[in-house]
Amino acid sequence: MSTQLSPSFQGTKDLPKWVSPALLTAFFLGSFTLQVALASQDEQSELNLIPVAVFGLIGFAFALYALSRAVEGRRKATDRLVTILVTTAFSLALIPLLSLAYTVVQKGAARFDAEFFTFSMRNIVGEGGGALHAIIGTLEITGLATLISVPIGIMAAIYIVEYGRGKIVRLVTFFVDVMTGVPSIVAGLFAYALFVIFFGPGVRMGLGGAIALSVLMIPVVIRATEEMLKIVPNELREAAYALGVPKWLTVIKVVLPTALAGIATGVMIAIARVIGETAPLLIIAGFTSSMNYNPFDERMMTLPVFVYTSYANQGVDMQAYVDRAWAGALTLMLIVMLLNLVARLISKYFSPKG
Amino acid sequence: MTDVRPKAVRRLGDVVFANLAFFAGVSILATLATVAAFLFAQSVPAFTGPEIAAAEDGFLAYVFPFVFGTVYASVIALIIATPLAIGIALYISHFANRRFAQILGYAVDLLAAIPSVVYGLWGILVLAPFLNPTFMWLNENLGWIPFFSGQVSATGRTMLTVGIVLAIMVLPIMAALIREVFLQTPTLHEEAALALGATRWEMIKMAVLPFGRPGIISAAMLGLGRSLGETMAVAMVLSPAAVINFAVLTSTNSNTIAANIALQFPEAGGNYSNLLIATGLVLFGITMVVNMIARWIISRRAEFSGAN
Repeated sequence: MSTQLSPSFQGTKDLPKWVSPALLTAFFLGSFTLQVALASQDEQSELNLIPVAVFGLIGFAFALYALSRAVEGRRKATDRLVTILVTTAFSLALIPLLSLAYTVVQKGAARFDAEFFTFSMRNIVGEGGGALHAIIGTLEITGLATLISVPIGIMAAIYIVEYGRGKIVRLVTFFVDVMTGVPSIVAGLFAYALFVIFFGPGVRMGLGGAIALSVLMIPVVIRATEEMLKIVPNELREAAYALGVPKWLTVIKVVLPTALAGIATGVMIAIARVIGETAPLLIIAGFTSSMNYNPFDERMMTLPVFVYTSYANQGVDMQAYVDRAWAGALTLMLIVMLLNLVARLISKYFSPKG
Repeated sequence: MTDVRPKAVRRLGDVVFANLAFFAGVSILATLATVAAFLFAQSVPAFTGPEIAAAEDGFLAYVFPFVFGTVYASVIALIIATPLAIGIALYISHFANRRFAQILGYAVDLLAAIPSVVYGLWGILVLAPFLNPTFMWLNENLGWIPFFSGQVSATGRTMLTVGIVLAIMVLPIMAALIREVFLQTPTLHEEAALALGATRWEMIKMAVLPFGRPGIISAAMLGLGRSLGETMAVAMVLSPAAVINFAVLTSTNSNTIAANIALQFPEAGGNYSNLLIATGLVLFGITMVVNMIARWIISRRAEFSGAN
C-alpha cells in the first residue's frame, strides 16, 4: 500500500539534487562568456576575473533562491541562500591561502639554490649572494628566545595550575591573555628601552631581539602548557601523594612527563609564531649584510628582516633583490610549516592515549 | 579529644619549587609593568629635549594622524573580516561534514602561521596590482561616495588594500575563536529547534547565534587588537603620508603608528627615537585597553583564548 501525502505537506517538495551544481556551473560559464565578449569589444581592456566571480555568484544566488522559493517555499529558499553565503565566505578565505602558497613557491624558486644557503650579502651588489647570515641570526635569536621563554613559561603555567589560589592567579591568568595581544613592535621598543639603559642610545644586539621575542613567546608557552597540565588526571597526582611523594616531585616526575608531548607541541607552535616576527628585530637587532655569530654584540641579520630589507632597499639590479626577498620568504614559510608539522606529529604519536 | 592528624612536613624542595613557580607567574605581571615603565621612561626625552623637526607642532599634532590611520585601517579590516569569520566558523562547525571540516580547520589555521612579512610581500607584489582595476572601477562608478572619491592610486597601495591584507591576517584567529564558541552550543538546543521543523538556518538563528554572540564580540575585539598592532604588512603595502584622509583609494593615506615606527626607527637619531617610542607607548595603551575589554568579555564565559 502506498502512502498518500496529505495536502498539508505540499510545498515541502524538494528540488532535485543536481539543480544547484548545474545552476552554479551555468552561471559561471555565462558570466565568463559575457566578460570575454566585453573584453573583446574593447581593445585595451584585459580579462578581469573579479567581475566573472561576482556576477556569476550573484546570478547563481538569485536564480537558486527564486527557483527554490517557487518550488520549496520561502523558508527553504532562505536556507539555501544562507548556505551559499556561508560557503562563499569560506571559499573566499581559501583564495589568499592558495594564492600566497603558489606565489611564494613560484617566485621563491628562482633563487632557492645552493648559493642562497652558503653565502652572506657581504660585498654583494646586484646578483648572487645569499641569506646564510640571516639564517644563522634567526636560529641564534630564536634559540635564545626559546631558552628564556620555555622555563619561565612552564614554571608560570605550573604556578597557575598546581599552586595558584585566589585573586593573584586570576590576575595572572587574565594578564597572560592580555599579553598575547602585545603588538610585536612594542616588544621591540621595550627591548630597545631596556638595552639603552646599559649600552646607550642606538644600541643594536641579537640578545635584544631574543628578549623582544620572549615577551611575545612566553604567553603562548604558558597557555599551551596550562591546557596540557589541566588535562592530567587528578588520580595520578593523588596516587603519588598517597605514596608519600612530595608535591614538587609529583609535579616534576608525574605531572610534567604525562603532559610532555602536549607541552612540546605548544613550544613548537610558539617558536613557529615568533620565528616570522620582523618588526621587533628590525628595531633592536637591526640589519647588516655580514655574518655575525655573536648575539651579544653588534647588529645581527635575521630571515624576516632579510626579506623586508631586500624588498625595501632595492639596489641597481632590482630583480636580483626582489628574487632574494622571495627566496627568503619561501625559506621562512618552509621553516614555519616544518615546525607546525613536527608539532602535529609529536602530539599525534607521543601524547598519552586515553 | 586531641587532634591526631600529623603535622604536614614542609620540605625544602617544596618551598623552593613553589616559590620558583610563584615568581614565574608574577613575572608576567612584572613584565607588563616594566614594558609600560621603560617605554614611559624612554619617552620623556622627547618632551624635555630639543625640539624635533618632525614634530614641530607638538607631540599630539604629530601622533594624531597615526592614531587615526591605525584605527581606520583596523576598522576597515574588521568590517571585512567579521562577517567572513562568522561564515567560516559556521561552515566548519555546522555545514561541512566532520572529517572534511577538520582538514578545513587546519587550512584556515595555516593562514595564521604565515609570517607578516610574507603577507607584506604578497600584498604589494600580488594583491595590490590585482585589486587596482577594481579600485579604478569603484572610483569611476561609485566615486560619489566620499570613501571612494579622490585621485585613485596608480599602484594599488591604498588604505583599502591594507584593510584587506589585515582582514586576511586576523581572519584565522577570529574564525578559530568563533568556531569554538559555536561548537559549544548545547546540542539539545539545536536538536530541539530541528525537531520543531526548523531549517538549518532557522536552527542557527534560534540556537547557535544567540549562544555565540559574546564569542563573536570578543573575537572581533581580539581581531581589532591584532590588527591595531600589525606592523610589517602595513609598512610594506601602504603608501603613507602624515595626513588624515577618509578616502580609501588614494595614494595619500594616514600611516599607522606601528608602520611609522618600523619605517622611521632604523634611521632615527637623537631624541627622534624617543618620540617614536612615545608613539609606541600610545599604541601599547590602545591595544591594552582593547585586549582587556575582549578578555574581560571572554573570561566571563569560558575557556577560549587566542593562544591555543
